[in-house]
Amino acid sequence: MSMASASIQMVERENYLNKHYGVGSWLFTTDHKRIALLYLISITFFFFIGGFFALLIRLELLTPAGDLVQADTYNKLFTMHGMVMIFFFLIPSIPAVLGNFLVPMMIGAKDLAFPRINLLSWYLYIIGGVMMLHCMLTGGVDTGWTFYVPFSTAFSNTKVVEAGLAIFVTGFSSILTGLNFVVTIHRMRAPGMTWSRLPLFIWAHYATSIIQLLGTPVIAITIVLVAAERALHLGIFDPKLGGDPLLFQHLFWFYSHPAVYIMILPAMGVESEIIACYSRKRIFGYSFVAFSSIAIAVFGFLVWAHHMFVAGISVYSALVFSLLSYLVAIPSAVKVFNWTATMYKGSIHYDAPMLYAFGFIGLFTMGGLTGLFLAALGIDVHVTDTYFVIAHFHYIMVGGAVMGYLGGMHFWWPKISGRLYPEGWAKLAALIVFIGFNLTFFPQFILGYVGMPRRYYQYPPEFQVLNVLSTAGATILGVGYLLPMVYFLWSMRYGKPAPDNPWNAAGLEWRTASPPPTFNFDEEPVVTWEAYNYDELKSMPVNEEAPVDR
Amino acid sequence: MAGNVDALYIFLLIVTGLVTLLIFVCLLFFAARFRHRPGVEAEQIEGSTPLELTWSIIPMGVFIVIFLWGAVVYFQERTPPRDATEVYVVAKQWMWKLEHAEGQREINELHVPVGRDVKMIMTSQDAIHSFYVPAFRIKQDVLPGRYTVAWFRATKPGTYHLFCAEYCGTLHSGMIGSVVVMEPAQYEAWMNGGSTGPLSATGEKVFAELGCGTCHRSDETGRGPNLQGLFGKTVQLEDGRTVTADENYIRESILDPGAKIVKGFKPVMPTFQGIISEEQLNALVAYVKSLSAAKPGNAVAAGSTPPPAKASPQGSQVQ
Repeated sequence: MSMASASIQMVERENYLNKHYGVGSWLFTTDHKRIALLYLISITFFFFIGGFFALLIRLELLTPAGDLVQADTYNKLFTMHGMVMIFFFLIPSIPAVLGNFLVPMMIGAKDLAFPRINLLSWYLYIIGGVMMLHCMLTGGVDTGWTFYVPFSTAFSNTKVVEAGLAIFVTGFSSILTGLNFVVTIHRMRAPGMTWSRLPLFIWAHYATSIIQLLGTPVIAITIVLVAAERALHLGIFDPKLGGDPLLFQHLFWFYSHPAVYIMILPAMGVESEIIACYSRKRIFGYSFVAFSSIAIAVFGFLVWAHHMFVAGISVYSALVFSLLSYLVAIPSAVKVFNWTATMYKGSIHYDAPMLYAFGFIGLFTMGGLTGLFLAALGIDVHVTDTYFVIAHFHYIMVGGAVMGYLGGMHFWWPKISGRLYPEGWAKLAALIVFIGFNLTFFPQFILGYVGMPRRYYQYPPEFQVLNVLSTAGATILGVGYLLPMVYFLWSMRYGKPAPDNPWNAAGLEWRTASPPPTFNFDEEPVVTWEAYNYDELKSMPVNEEAPVDR
Repeated sequence: MAGNVDALYIFLLIVTGLVTLLIFVCLLFFAARFRHRPGVEAEQIEGSTPLELTWSIIPMGVFIVIFLWGAVVYFQERTPPRDATEVYVVAKQWMWKLEHAEGQREINELHVPVGRDVKMIMTSQDAIHSFYVPAFRIKQDVLPGRYTVAWFRATKPGTYHLFCAEYCGTLHSGMIGSVVVMEPAQYEAWMNGGSTGPLSATGEKVFAELGCGTCHRSDETGRGPNLQGLFGKTVQLEDGRTVTADENYIRESILDPGAKIVKGFKPVMPTFQGIISEEQLNALVAYVKSLSAAKPGNAVAAGSTPPPAKASPQGSQVQ
């Protein structure tokens, strides 16, 4: 234990955690940091519910016959796994937890622009979440998270409208968070914090917020139309009523493809922070990485019909959407190249967050490159709606987004909790997650190419070996996800008190106490330096025994 | 194996494999070579615009190649040869009903001869389904209320999986069947056993039973358009539009006659929505098509749903 950090902790300073006590001080807080923690608890809850569904799915698929649960139960399991993980975990994960906590601190603000709206967005999330829980406990829904019509409007006998409304309400939570971030980043930056000095985490969240603002209303409208057709038999999508089922798919993917970028862009922001810190370097090509986030947000809106190449759209529109899908791959590739280049001539430390970042780059690269297969029209016809697609988007959304989320949680945990997590356990967890993840999802690429369709409750016996491997991987992955929860909770009581800047990292959030005071900074910071000024930090006197420099 | 899809797939595996290798080797090399050493500082590098352009433009070039290659394969997959044998497919929860134009009917099994182009004209009675034969690398969603088309040519006898690939409810994973590819002689024998006559003959019966011929006469005196030689032609509509008389047009004109009124006629035809089954509808479509088949000169005027393009002999095939 260093003398510096020990002396810091001699007197427990007033901070956002200990300033007020009691349930009311949490439920009525407008402090972005406390709201971030409310989100953290809520999304962790839903993550483990969604994970439990995934476990049951994998157990069912251990054998070719449908023997563990009923067919209808299985259909509900994968539906609710998707809905819970996407709408109640992945979309809020990094923005609502780490973004909420860090966006004001990184730009030197006291709070978000609209603190009460921030609290409102959490309540909307909770209302939607309770509706979803109620829906699941009273029968559930079996349409797949994609709600495809006319199955969802005319044939499903489950709680489609209730699940839809839960997502509708939660969507407003996402819109409000995005709105808050956009206004905050425009209006609340500290003196000297110009756009070109913003951390890339902020650029990523800015891009994400734009998608949340522009995309989410479309899914809300789509859900209302599905509910209207189901309840009132208005002919919108069902051909029997004079509607068009492809219209639904266009509307649905107009949101749901950009939603993928809502999930992955913030993780890319996290990676930029971690890789810079543990390479002790400014990010290579800062402006290219920053603008690639914006490019992804913009182009991400123009590729939705690549989910529909076999749905019955015209050959010519398929050509356009295929080409545009390759365009959106460029900015993602640019990011990967820049992160890799950042490590060149760096001074690289292998702490747990950096291990997660290595994992992120590896898994995201594989997820992204398999996207090239799916964007190729001739191949997509064969592999769409098979396990190839399942593997592809899990590499992006679990290998990418969840790895980013966990890496970020480790990186900023000392700031959030004021405690250090156990480094050895954290490295072990990163390793287990990486191995478990690959064992779960790599076999699914092969399964898909040999033809196993997705959403199959029973399957021909020749697919069993790969399914067994996948299930084995899922159990390892499950352990990898439980571990951090255990040692994070443990560290809140038994962890070493964290110094203000345990990694000697750049960024305004590290220039205040751990945990920070309620209004983040004792005095408003004035920024006179560029982002990632690691050349100056090396000579900074603080925390010489910090883990990075040991 | 469907060679064209696999060739592109293997090309992509090689390209992406090399890229993955490049990135991983760089990562591991940098991680090892530039690991933190006491007293050695990181060298600050701002970035490099030429490098950024290089790693944007080279991938773009590679992407264009993949895109074009994928598009060519897709065009082949989507363009049935004009002289393909036709099979009408009706999907419903949770089975496949298949009717050969020659008259054989099957459930969850499709018998086809080796080496012949087979075109499926498909519709659904309820939710969206998807006709997927992994061995042929073909997949096409099957929608209610319209026809979609897929085709393949099997090149090796055997039995192949037929899957429903679009989630359609409780027994989605039970909506499976097989494509049985037979030697031509075997196939002829199979086809001659228990056939009920060509589908168009069934359609002719339905046409007579429903009294369609009262208005759709074989001369120009009827209250409805003459259907002789209609299929494949371009039709002038009352509102000035033109439309190609393909399967979807005939289907729509039976179920929703007011949607497209032929120039010079009045909207007097009643709808047959809910009156005839999908199978009868298919038979009627087959019958109307057969009225043009006698005059091949007309039938060539236009293809069906996908626009006519050069029918490639190397479409989806099995070895």
